[in-house]
Amino acid sequence: MDIVVSNISKSFGTKPVLVDYNAVFHEHQINCLMGPSGCGKTTLLNILMGFIRPDSGTVKGVPRHKSAVFQEDRLCESFNAVSNVRLVCTRKVNNSKIISHLEHIGLKGSLAQPVSELSGGMKRRVAIVRAILAQSDILFLDEPLKGLDEDTKKDVIQYIKAQIQGRTVIMVTHSIEEVKAFGGRLITMGGKDGNGA
Amino acid sequence: MKDKKHGNRTEKIAAVVFALVIWHIAAVIINNSLLLVTPLTVAKRLFYLCFEKDFLKAVSFSFIRIVSGFLLALVTGSVLAVIAGRFRIAQIMLWPFIVAIKSVPVVSFIILCLIWLNAGNLSIFIAFLMVLPIVYTNMLQGIQSTDSKLLEMASLFHVSWLKKLKYIYLPQLKSYIISACSVSIGLSWKAGTAAEVIGIPEGSIGEKLYQAKIYFSSGDLLAWTVVIIAVSIAFEKLFLLFLRHSFQRLERM
Repeated sequence: MDIVVSNISKSFGTKPVLVDYNAVFHEHQINCLMGPSGCGKTTLLNILMGFIRPDSGTVKGVPRHKSAVFQEDRLCESFNAVSNVRLVCTRKVNNSKIISHLEHIGLKGSLAQPVSELSGGMKRRVAIVRAILAQSDILFLDEPLKGLDEDTKKDVIQYIKAQIQGRTVIMVTHSIEEVKAFGGRLITMGGKDGNGA
Repeated sequence: MKDKKHGNRTEKIAAVVFALVIWHIAAVIINNSLLLVTPLTVAKRLFYLCFEKDFLKAVSFSFIRIVSGFLLALVTGSVLAVIAGRFRIAQIMLWPFIVAIKSVPVVSFIILCLIWLNAGNLSIFIAFLMVLPIVYTNMLQGIQSTDSKLLEMASLFHVSWLKKLKYIYLPQLKSYIISACSVSIGLSWKAGTAAEVIGIPEGSIGEKLYQAKIYFSSGDLLAWTVVIIAVSIAFEKLFLLFLRHSFQRLERM
């Protein structure tokens, strides 16, 4: 089922962020949201994730089981990478599977350290593995490649593409190259006077 | 780092030695053992006290009661803080009780409790009352300052409450719990022994202090005071070590 966003408006105080925004996010596809800073991409993602309510308009078709890579990593800093992923996984996902995913994405040798001791790029990869291994029908990725170097970006893109397994993806990005690399469907947001569409 | 720590310890030892020297000089100048005895006399009295047959009995009597009061307050304060953090109405309803416990002089509670309870259990209740508002206030503050973004993350991933407790709340509350315990353990000993001195339960440290006052025995009074300080500090160090170790284990699990 596609996700249909109809006439969504959202203001923070007197500042409109989204005005009558309409969009359709296709099921089982990588939908890439692009637009200038402040045009309301993250706000739209927060509405879709159910964290904030729009002032008006409707959202239909968002699955119940969601997972996300947030703009900030939102990791439990005193726990190690494995524990952070374990937190969101069902019992079907065992520790060896978590470890193999973390090692595959280049975190071998850093698994026992508390996340607070990892670099920004390493934390980002932990957040990505957490989102991938959580049981979900939809993945929200808010600038998932932020803070990664070019070589790591390539590996992570390959990893995400291989692990999506038919899930719907809504990804926020600033780079058309990333949209191409993911083979995603581009949805642009305007941003002038809070007009999203 | 290690040198700095070692340096700090040396400074502290030097400060204690200096304080003992001042005490000794003051006692020699006053030259009246009823008013002030020398540290050496206290040390001698303490040595003999340790071999008296009811020494351990008195220490364990007070220890069990004061520590029970402390632990009871730790559990009750934590539970109440969780409820108050979850339901604002509970926080409002608890507010007058917490403010009253904080503001009423401890001696008023002691006398009131002597009417309600037997003297033997007085120190449990007084230690409980002194610790409860500290634990409650610290824990509530910790719960209310929990990272809302982590809670959002947990709700998105449908994380169970038990996992939320382990991964989000307990690490957040760690410093608040340790700080509350660090402050309140010493306080529970001060208030607990004060209650015993007034209630004079048989076989307690408070009774020994009271007897020292009756017989004008400054040596005994100070020796028992040293015992209270030593037991209080030892318990505080061990309990905080236990807490830190438990949190470390939790983070490694």
